Amino acid sequence: MAITDVYDFYRKMEDDKIILSFKGVFTSELLTSVLNILESKMIDLEVSPKKKKRVFNILVESFQNLYHHIDANSENPVLIKHQKTALVMIRHDKGKFSVLTGNFIDNSLIPMLSERLNKINELSETELRDLYRDTLNNEQRTAKGTAGLGFIDIARKSQNKLEFEFIEVDEKTGFFCLNVTID
Amino acid sequence: MEALILKGSSKTPTIEFNNNTGVLLLKGRSIPENSIEFYAPLNTWIEEYSGNPSGKTVLEMRLEYFNTSSSKCILDVFKKLEKLKNTGADVHVNWYFETDDEDMEEAGEDYQAIVDLPFSIIEVAEI
Repeated sequence: MAITDVYDFYRKMEDDKIILSFKGVFTSELLTSVLNILESKMIDLEVSPKKKKRVFNILVESFQNLYHHIDANSENPVLIKHQKTALVMIRHDKGKFSVLTGNFIDNSLIPMLSERLNKINELSETELRDLYRDTLNNEQRTAKGTAGLGFIDIARKSQNKLEFEFIEVDEKTGFFCLNVTID
Repeated sequence: MEALILKGSSKTPTIEFNNNTGVLLLKGRSIPENSIEFYAPLNTWIEEYSGNPSGKTVLEMRLEYFNTSSSKCILDVFKKLEKLKNTGADVHVNWYFETDDEDMEEAGEDYQAIVDLPFSIIEVAEI
């Protein structure tokens, strides 16, 4: 990498209206810092309290998806190497926010995740609410306390379709890209 | 038994459960890293309280926002109080939301639809 690439990185982010980005290990402490930074940015931008809470909510759920579900016990070499590392970017353009995340994922999980996201994208606002209530009321829960509500909640708060893509990394691994927008 | 008082933080709500007055307050943000761990003492307290409840129990939900892993734990709190109500106790839930915060208003309605407890969903200028 040439030293002048720093400027290219800066310009690329500036052109794409990225107001905050982080690549690295996702922890609970990082979430606290990111929320604090975002809070002061949103005060500067005079974002309405409702939208502010929606962006916060989506960011919190995305983070928790990242640090709960990036499988550290995997035998996949790419996942072992990149344990719990991911990318998050927040974009702000003309009043719209986007929370973009990217993380490695074992290919075996892609069909299930893809089906889940496609199903959520097909639902209307009322259907999403009903699915949320049914899922909340169902007794199942994982040891980490997650209950399959994360993406449903993200979709409800976003009020937009979840944009996602899986990029092929190698025969065992994919890179999961997710873009959630808040109008 | 004693009141359960927990100071709020940037990720956890303020808890003030008073067994004498029967007022159980949750206030602030609920986005703990481990919700089950945070909510466990609340549920234990309610179980003990249910053995000798106040004449009237009011759950005051003044949440700014909460994550989905808290939502399941909050449901557990409601279920515990539902049990208390089924023993004949007078139990009421006040769910607060800030003006224009339709998400929090809807969240109250979600619980109201699931739980068999008398609910008041109350709009306030500030939580």
